[in-house]
Amino acid sequence: MSTTDLPKAPSAQDFLDMQASPEFQDLRNRLRRFVFPMTAFFLIWYATYVLLGAFAHDFMAIQVFGNVNVGLLIGLGQFLTTFVITGLYVRFANRELDPRAAAIRAEMEGNAR
Amino acid sequence: MSVLAAGATVGNPLANIGIFALFVVITLFVVIRASRNNQTADQFFTGGRSFSGPQNGIAIAGDYLSAASFLGIAGAIAVYGYDGFLYSIGFLVAWLVALLLVAELLRNTGRFTMADVLSFRLKQRPVRMAAATSTLTVSLFYLLAQMAGAGGLVALLLDVKSKGGQSIVIAVVGVLMIVYVLVGGMKGTTWVQIIKAVLLISGAAIMTVMVLANFGFNFSEILGSAQSAISDATTKGVADRNVLAPGAQYGGSTESKINLLSLGLALVLGTAGLPHVLMRFYTVPTAKEARRSVVWAIALIGAFYLFTLVLGYGAAALVGPDRILAAAGGQNSAAPLLAFELGGVILLGIISAVAFATILAVVAGLTITASASFAHDIYASVWKRGDVTEEQQVKVSRITAVVLGIFAIGLGILANGQNVAFLVALAFAIAAAANLPTIVYSLYWKRFNTRGALWSMYGGLISTLVLIVFSPAVSGAKTAMIPSVDFAFFPLANPGIVSIPLAFILGIIGTVTSSDRGDAALNAEMEVRSLTGVGAEKAVAH
Repeated sequence: MSTTDLPKAPSAQDFLDMQASPEFQDLRNRLRRFVFPMTAFFLIWYATYVLLGAFAHDFMAIQVFGNVNVGLLIGLGQFLTTFVITGLYVRFANRELDPRAAAIRAEMEGNAR
Repeated sequence: MSVLAAGATVGNPLANIGIFALFVVITLFVVIRASRNNQTADQFFTGGRSFSGPQNGIAIAGDYLSAASFLGIAGAIAVYGYDGFLYSIGFLVAWLVALLLVAELLRNTGRFTMADVLSFRLKQRPVRMAAATSTLTVSLFYLLAQMAGAGGLVALLLDVKSKGGQSIVIAVVGVLMIVYVLVGGMKGTTWVQIIKAVLLISGAAIMTVMVLANFGFNFSEILGSAQSAISDATTKGVADRNVLAPGAQYGGSTESKINLLSLGLALVLGTAGLPHVLMRFYTVPTAKEARRSVVWAIALIGAFYLFTLVLGYGAAALVGPDRILAAAGGQNSAAPLLAFELGGVILLGIISAVAFATILAVVAGLTITASASFAHDIYASVWKRGDVTEEQQVKVSRITAVVLGIFAIGLGILANGQNVAFLVALAFAIAAAANLPTIVYSLYWKRFNTRGALWSMYGGLISTLVLIVFSPAVSGAKTAMIPSVDFAFFPLANPGIVSIPLAFILGIIGTVTSSDRGDAALNAEMEVRSLTGVGAEKAVAH
């Protein structure tokens, strides 16, 4: 039982240097600029929905077409936004985060892998 | 239709047991095959980190979609309508917290348990102890809810009415769970969850198509029929419900509305703090696979809750609220009754077996998480101060799994018939209060320190537990666990709306009142490692 080729282990100083480097700060800021606003958005959107569900029964009961009402549409909207945010994040992470993280990994561990 | 007489079981119990036994035989075979090299700690606790993102995503769905979500949510929609649907949405949206904030960074930083991440740059022993305490508490409550639920399911599906007979079935479930975990470790458990998830989701999908076909694929017509079936109900208090709009379950007093908000908060923030969910992220080789896992989980769980929406309203329309509420399991019987209505004995047998398989898979996942945390965090790090071999950790974990399993059987038998449905919501509330704030702070807030972590974790854990003990879920209400006495002073059955913000605030106050700035080198290592995967645990070579 062996693990895959062990890369050279970076030292504590290597981590401090990398943390301060512009390339790492760039990666960190890109991640935060995406996930923090997105998290705030879906939490507020979900909170709005639960508040409406708790306190605005009449509004939620307004019929839109057939027996489908506002509440059902907003509820299904929660599913839709969840799927869309998932898709947006995956595209963002694949394009913006993965190449930068891989470059830093290669730099710190050598190109052993 | 005589088999559907009020209070009687439906279908053929022998068929239900037979199909379930088939599931057990197949999964045991897979578990034994998967366990051939289960000696190292990496193999036992993470399945060698060799599962692919999609495989792990299916297993996560299997872990997450407990019998409570399947029978409970479909049943709640069938008799309360919209409020049951509202409940399911929190369970889904919660996965965005895991996807955006937690999964990948956790995978890069940790090794076996949640505590690995939380204690990475803080004082090891106190933080591990706190994280393990919370892990064991959450897992135990979740486990207890599942085991107690098994008793009710037995009455409904296998026609075992006596308490003694139900106890035997609970014991069988517990023993099977111990065998899965002991023999299969994380790899075997994961395969059980994958098989169960495929069965559960495809069973629900087939039933959904059958319901839709019954109404000419017109969803609006299902809604209309459900509402008219409810309005025609003769059961007291059902007929005047508007099941297409919110309010039938949580509509009454302001307290019950705030209770709903509190529940929603705990659901959306709890998932990404559930230890058995977090541990699943260690079974994949890289952070990118962890991301793919969550994407698969979101797709499957989302689809499943859409199915339950159709199944719930379908059960109201096709079976009717009177028959559902008169059946042995009450509203939990909506999905099984609908299966019988749609596909007779065979479909009912399949759905019943899936419901049992669900309990089995979920308890196995909880047990391996709790035993890993005990062995790795409490035994190896706190007690032996890291001076143990991996073989010893695995051995201690196996012993813990047996002890936990016996404990769960005993508690499950004691809790059988008690109203312990609040335990699942409680587990989410503790996960959201005791775990999530510290997870988020330690991943994203450089200044965060040991005192902040301890205050937040213990503060969240203790406040949630104290509030629930003095809430209407435990005493002072007809639906309480102990209805005969009343020592409740906290008005909400769901304490999350108080304890979750409290835990977040305690984390900040504890941090800023301490001069401890941590170790700059460790902080740097954790931040770089969590974002890039430098030095992260690798998959075990085959």
